[in-house]
Amino acid sequence: MEMAVFLGAGFVALVSAILVFTQKNPVASVVFLVVTLAAQAVLFLLLNAPFVAALQIIVYAGAIMVLFLFVVMLLNLGRDEFGPEKRKFIRPLAVVFALVLVLEVLAIFKTGLLDQARLTYHLDFTGDFGTVAGVGLLLFTRYLYPFEITSVLLLAALLGTVILAKKLPGRKGEL
Amino acid sequence: MAAVPLDWYLILAGLLFAIGTVGVLVSRNAIVILMAIELMLNAVNLTFVAFSHYMGKNDGQVLVFLVMTVAAAEAAVGLAIILNIFRTRESVNIDDINLMKW
Repeated sequence: MEMAVFLGAGFVALVSAILVFTQKNPVASVVFLVVTLAAQAVLFLLLNAPFVAALQIIVYAGAIMVLFLFVVMLLNLGRDEFGPEKRKFIRPLAVVFALVLVLEVLAIFKTGLLDQARLTYHLDFTGDFGTVAGVGLLLFTRYLYPFEITSVLLLAALLGTVILAKKLPGRKGEL
Repeated sequence: MAAVPLDWYLILAGLLFAIGTVGVLVSRNAIVILMAIELMLNAVNLTFVAFSHYMGKNDGQVLVFLVMTVAAAEAAVGLAIILNIFRTRESVNIDDINLMKW
């Protein structure tokens, strides 16, 4: 049963990930990206991580994807034609590069670096594993400083976005 | 209960990351490139959660939380930059954006 869910969600995630950049219409790309993210949320649930799965749906598939969709709509990019490809060699090169990446991942299994993870594996998830309480406690104890720095990062991103998107005098173009 | 081996999750995450890389390299729409970067970040999140599960510790999920924050910030700033490029160049095709190309 667990295996079937894994295979199903994994297959959906992979196929819709490929469909993200094979679409002519950017809106369709966004929709397929949402499908991939939802499939990965199912995988997170399978891994006993309900908090991360909820975050994935609410923050990623919800907030960030709406931001993408909003910009696509704002720029009116529906069915954009980009003309003929100027860099014909890129496509096969990219596939070769991706194959090398996959081979590298497979090579990791040969090194024995994963043996510790396999050894410590236990199926006792009765505690606070993956719950809001468990993850939240870590966030406010061991990872307090990274968590606080995250807020500074968000503030910087906020300011940067406002400055970038602001209409400055002397900048041409209307939107 | 037939548990899914850790290796399978890692292989799936590796494949997703590779697909994201291909997306970054082949697409010419700047917004689609940003989306492919999100795909790559998500593949990494999957490895974090898989390791968190198989180690029985919550730490990996905290890292996923931080990665999501960085992804949100990156998407916001990236989209603002694309918006600005579109204002001046009337295009989001990366072949048209060649000011810094040698």
